[in-house]
Amino acid sequence: MIWILLTVVITTLIAGTLVVVLRSLLAAVAASAVVSLGLSLIFMLLRAPDVALAEAVVGAGLSGVMFALVARRLPIADDETTDAQDGGDA
Amino acid sequence: MSWRGRDMAALLLLIGLGVLLAAVLEPILFGAAPMLVGSQIQALGAEPTGAANLVTAVLLGYRGFDTLGELTILFAAATGAGMVLAQGNRGRHDVAPVGFVLQVGSSLIFPLLLLFGFYTILHGHITPGGGFQGGAILAAAYFVPLLGHAGHPLPSGLTTLLEGLAGITFIVVGLVAMMAGDTFLTPFGDHGTLGQLLSAGSLPLLSIAIGVKVGTELANVLAHLGGIEQERG
Repeated sequence: MIWILLTVVITTLIAGTLVVVLRSLLAAVAASAVVSLGLSLIFMLLRAPDVALAEAVVGAGLSGVMFALVARRLPIADDETTDAQDGGDA
Repeated sequence: MSWRGRDMAALLLLIGLGVLLAAVLEPILFGAAPMLVGSQIQALGAEPTGAANLVTAVLLGYRGFDTLGELTILFAAATGAGMVLAQGNRGRHDVAPVGFVLQVGSSLIFPLLLLFGFYTILHGHITPGGGFQGGAILAAAYFVPLLGHAGHPLPSGLTTLLEGLAGITFIVVGLVAMMAGDTFLTPFGDHGTLGQLLSAGSLPLLSIAIGVKVGTELANVLAHLGGIEQERG
């Protein structure tokens, strides 16, 4: 149990660092969705299924989509995604 | 400077609103630091509301008015986002070609997402979940066919209508409780058997209203953000 929790926490921390470090906006959005997913797993392990469900749906799902759509609208987004690796248009 | 006058009017309106809010909130007591409400609610258990999921019982039963406030905030945010996004960038239509996997996958996953969303809303008083979570799932489901260019599942006129109806339903349920002599949004109705789908009185009604409202609002924001202009009506 504690090892599962530790693994999830470390994964979440790494993903959180990646959000700041990554140059491609789209990749950063994906990393932030991973943070939310890890957070939702932690909530689940701490026996808060209601919060876990909300975090998974809103954090990992909807806000990820919203951020990605906003990033596409930003004028800098195009340069950044072409500078870094190909953004991977789903 | 006609702007000066408008600014002054806005400032006066804000001050007036602040005074009104202060007058309304002044007699309501704030809790002191060690809040004992939680342990009291836990000690009472599912008895007062008839909802097996205590989180939903708190959200819709004990704190129904706060939930109405949350809905209002979400409504204001969605309206603001719609107003900002509706103007500009309308002509830009960089439609990326949709691959086979996305096209088939979106039509495959859409009904499942719908089913799960409605399940989460309807079972909010029994299992984890409820209006907010289920509504967000419904909004995600709404966006999937848009991604796959499979067409618009709902015209924007219908989503606006549903959103308004859901908001009215929530308030009407609150008013019905007042007609019975209780305070606004007091849970009413037959509690039924604990853990059954048809139980917990008026709480599932509120849950459905929240689910539809959250779902349609978020779907509208997503559609606006995606730059997808829907056919009116």
